Amino acid sequence: MPLSKDEVRHVAMLARLGLEPGDEDFYAEQLSGILGHIDRLQQLDTEDIPPTAQVVEIATRLRDDEPRPSLTQEEALANAPARFDGFFRVPSIQEEA
Amino acid sequence: MTSDDLTRLTIKEALRLLRLGSISSADLVTAHVDRIERLDPKVKAYLRFTPELWEKQADEADRKIRQGEGGPLAGIPIAVKDVLCVRGVETTAGSKILQGFRPPYTATAVERLFDAGAVMLGVTNCDEFAMGSSTENSGYFPTRNPWDLGRVPGGSSGGSAAAVAAGEAMIALGTDTGGSIRQPASLCGVVGMKPTYGRVSRYGLIAFASSLDQIGPFTRSVDDAAIVLSLMSGLDPWDATSSDRPGMEVLNNFDRGVKGMRLGVPREYTEVEGIEPGVQAAIDAALLILQKAGAELVDVSLPHTDYGLAAYYIIAPAECSSNLARFDGVRYGLSEEDAPNITEQYSRVRRKGFGTEVRRRVMLGTYALSSGYYDAYYLKAQKVRTLIKRDFDEAFKKCDAIVSATSPTVAFPLGAKTQNPLSMYLCDVLTLGGNLAGLPGISVPCGTSQGLPVGLQVLAPQWGENVALRVARAYEEASEIRAEVADVA
Repeated sequence: MPLSKDEVRHVAMLARLGLEPGDEDFYAEQLSGILGHIDRLQQLDTEDIPPTAQVVEIATRLRDDEPRPSLTQEEALANAPARFDGFFRVPSIQEEA
Repeated sequence: MTSDDLTRLTIKEALRLLRLGSISSADLVTAHVDRIERLDPKVKAYLRFTPELWEKQADEADRKIRQGEGGPLAGIPIAVKDVLCVRGVETTAGSKILQGFRPPYTATAVERLFDAGAVMLGVTNCDEFAMGSSTENSGYFPTRNPWDLGRVPGGSSGGSAAAVAAGEAMIALGTDTGGSIRQPASLCGVVGMKPTYGRVSRYGLIAFASSLDQIGPFTRSVDDAAIVLSLMSGLDPWDATSSDRPGMEVLNNFDRGVKGMRLGVPREYTEVEGIEPGVQAAIDAALLILQKAGAELVDVSLPHTDYGLAAYYIIAPAECSSNLARFDGVRYGLSEEDAPNITEQYSRVRRKGFGTEVRRRVMLGTYALSSGYYDAYYLKAQKVRTLIKRDFDEAFKKCDAIVSATSPTVAFPLGAKTQNPLSMYLCDVLTLGGNLAGLPGISVPCGTSQGLPVGLQVLAPQWGENVALRVARAYEEASEIRAEVADVA
């Protein structure tokens, strides 16, 4: 199924990818080519086939919810591009009313 | 023995010399660093070096060896793919978006090898976030194939494969999501092993596709791969998908030879699209050697092979689009100072930081998971994954292991596949089934075509690393083909 330029724009917005000029055409063509190959999946009848999300049988392990050593605040913030008063600093999340 | 000769040793040989006291870990490090200084400007296997670590770890290894307390890898030089976190060492997943990131912890697989006495030389190049089959998608520079500098080393763990092939490390760690250990091992003429999903903890691995990713070793012999894998494996409380099976079981009977073993040859793999006649000839010769060594070859079928790539290129991008959502310029990596609001910051950081292939896969995965397409793509692909898994289950009723080419082609020239993503994806057509089904697989050198290395792939049932290693080792022994160190011209 070919992907339109509008769909590329929409998907890029969902993924917060920030397109450059010319990207819509480039990715519409390339992703359409890949989806053209992927479309062969529709040839298979999978009506009664269960999906596989996790391929190895490993039982879910639980542990007691006990406090234990973790990163210090300083360690957690060490890689932050911007910090303020012990927090990660980000631009405004809500516009002013 | 000259200093350069030390870079040609297998781990087993080096360990013997270290224990005898005829060489020190410091000697091994010096030999490798000299070789790196001479060759790596051409090969470009490494992104960065870790002299503080190698000095400290080699000192400690030498001290412990003298006291008779050296671990099973004491003094052995290792290189680590840029997707595995090492505390305090810049780790970037081959991406500009993580430039400057220094992890606060070390990946379990790496930590276990450090505990065994390994000495870290540096961080190896890879395709950005391990997405690619040539290492040309690195956000920094492409790595070259040590056997022909005009060709790619394969990928995504191309830097690790090239480092071992060029004698720039004795062990290198890689990760394999669709073939990213086995395919570069094949193209560089070294041994590379992807374990069963869950065998090795993924804690500290920068995730690409969490249901497929596994960490494994590159070495220059099957014995070496077995030793390293056994030491990395086993339960880790920090990875809920890690198995509690003992790591040492990968060594069970792996040196017993192939006499009486049934090896499955899938007809869909020998007829796969784009397989080079020279590659198939090398594989045919390898099968003959295994047969002469006492194995029985049986025809098997993996009827959904033609759908594997399609299922993989929904599942892996879907998981990647989710995993890579965390790269937003807030907690680590690239920043964007002047964005007016947070959405704009995310978009700017991700535009600056992600390369073309990563953007392609994030879009593909986001699309496959988006409202209205989930059933047609993601759910469908998961169902086809079941069919592919069942293909292997059926095949393993008739055989103990499956043998085939690792890659349909030998190493290709740089740039040959960068314009057409689908042609690059086809590099993994013989390996990605193993990831979808969670199987262990190994690639072992099996001669050359057009003067370039060819790899034999052995796939075994889940938790059957010892079976894959056994076939690979028997082949290595019977063929007398050893992974050699490239001269690099």
